[in-house]
Amino acid sequence: MSRGNLRNLRNGLLFISPWIVGFGLFLFYPLADSFYHSFCDYSGLSTSEWVGLRNYETLFKDTVFLYSIWNTAYVTVLILPLTLVVALSLALLLSTNVRGMGIYRTLLFLPSLVPLVALGLMWRWIFNTQFGVLNIALNNLFQFIGGALGLSYEEIAKAPGWLQDPNWSKPAIVIASLWGCGHAMVIYLAGLMEVPAHLYEQASIDGGGLFRKIYHVTLPMISPVIYFNTIMAIIWNLQIFALPYVISMSGTGSGTGTPGGPARSTTMYAMYLFDQAFKYFEMGYASAMAWILFVVTVVLTLLATRFSKSHVHYADTN
Amino acid sequence: MYTTPIPIKRFWVRVVVHVSLIAAAMVFAFPFYWLATSAVKPLPEVMRLPISWWPSEWQWDNYWNALTFSEDTSPYYQNWDGFWAAVTLNGKGEGSAWQQCREAWSFFFDAFFVRCVGNTLFVAIMGVLGTIISNGLVAYGFSRIVWPGREVCFFLTLATMMVPFPVIMIPLFITFAKLGWVGTLYPLWVPYWFGNAFNIFLLRQFFRTIPQDLSDAGRIDGCSELGIFARVILPLAKPALAVVALFHFLYAWNDFLGPLIYLTDQDTYTLSLALFFYQSQKGGTDWNLLMAACTMMITPIIIVFFVAQRSLISGITLTGLKG
Repeated sequence: MSRGNLRNLRNGLLFISPWIVGFGLFLFYPLADSFYHSFCDYSGLSTSEWVGLRNYETLFKDTVFLYSIWNTAYVTVLILPLTLVVALSLALLLSTNVRGMGIYRTLLFLPSLVPLVALGLMWRWIFNTQFGVLNIALNNLFQFIGGALGLSYEEIAKAPGWLQDPNWSKPAIVIASLWGCGHAMVIYLAGLMEVPAHLYEQASIDGGGLFRKIYHVTLPMISPVIYFNTIMAIIWNLQIFALPYVISMSGTGSGTGTPGGPARSTTMYAMYLFDQAFKYFEMGYASAMAWILFVVTVVLTLLATRFSKSHVHYADTN
Repeated sequence: MYTTPIPIKRFWVRVVVHVSLIAAAMVFAFPFYWLATSAVKPLPEVMRLPISWWPSEWQWDNYWNALTFSEDTSPYYQNWDGFWAAVTLNGKGEGSAWQQCREAWSFFFDAFFVRCVGNTLFVAIMGVLGTIISNGLVAYGFSRIVWPGREVCFFLTLATMMVPFPVIMIPLFITFAKLGWVGTLYPLWVPYWFGNAFNIFLLRQFFRTIPQDLSDAGRIDGCSELGIFARVILPLAKPALAVVALFHFLYAWNDFLGPLIYLTDQDTYTLSLALFFYQSQKGGTDWNLLMAACTMMITPIIIVFFVAQRSLISGITLTGLKG
């Protein structure tokens, strides 16, 4: 190695030295440590005791753990396609040349900046079954339709119990988080803006209508952006914590309750992990959960990457 | 950048696009409207049917009551007027006007939420400083110096974005507990002085666009790498650094899980934890006060957005498109 190379190596390593320390202390060490402790009975305070695979075996007999997987999968599977559809349709609308675009873009983007704790509390109030504006509006709507058909509104439909009903609490979380889809929307919008105009002109010459243009030009051209957003959404939603924790804080009435209710229907994976680690101090057990989460995240990301190889169109850019 | 990908020419399509946009904007704006109006309604009006779509009375003291919420004592200044009178030396209580003014201010700064805002700002500003300095250095090392093994290291760095925080929070907590940092604000800002994959990536993308000639010119003038970094690259990279600083500020303002784990003492709560705690005290009852508190947490973010709109949007697009 020449002297210049050696000097560059030294300088390069010196410049990235904060990250080498950070990587070691705040990523590599914790990962390794939680891997080790996932095979231990460990309260965090006392010394740990090696128990082999027992934590993992217990986990798959733990109904709350299985619930938390189901809940997280449910929310993720709903949020991914819905965010794609909502964010992409909004981005399509926002990429047209109609007037007042600045205002629309701002209004649709702002909710994504709302801090999650505030977002959760706002939506708790909106979803409130007694005085919540959503159900009052829904009941008015049903009454109106009922009036038109000569039926009482209970016969049409009943407004859901949202956060008090185990069947509706997860859709409620999905709705609240869809409100904040502006981040993905902005990325889609930027992707749409980079689609060269001549492709649309060509499609017009070939006699393509609006929908054919979207399907044959827009979607293939922005597929890398869709891929990026989807990967980020997978990583993000598997560790969803603050929103469900806050929005489910107390099932009914006043005072404190247990997050994750009603009937464990909003106990997400990270919430159960948190409970095991910091409420019951079962840190070994929680470490096993942590590693399962890590492996699942990596596997899903790699699967998405593999899928993208055949389905994502990368334009020849310089 | 400012091309129109889907040119809309036909009249009816334009109408449909307009109507859809108006409908979407109304749906997205409505929760804000509901938040802001609920926050100023008197309590009986919030808990009443039929619902009130517009506040009959604008009870601004809701904000004062939320801000000066105290768990154990009833607030000395029941409303904004009393506080304002004392501050402007028109108080009617005991003692001299100056003394009352001082007491009023110390009451204000001792208020739970005011202290929490202070904690949040401290954590955010320290974190922002660390983020700029550390990620700037690291991104420089990854983009402006060619050294063997750089690409492998960078790939490894990118891969760390896949590690969710809940996976590493237990050992981190125990480490900080051993250092005696649990219950203090240190765990919420010190780690950000050591780089973070996302920000390194973002800054590297930007640093790569700066012409190599500028660095070479510096080298010929006898500048060290650190000198080139500080005098050539940093001044040119201000927009990108602003993006990273902004992202971290928003993150710190938002962060909930970190404070929930590390903060044990109400004196050290950050705003998100304070709001959560407040909800556990007032939830299900004083919805108007709770909404006032939410508004107080959201408003600064909206102001930040309007001030730094351009940086924010360019930052989000940069990460999304060049990924």
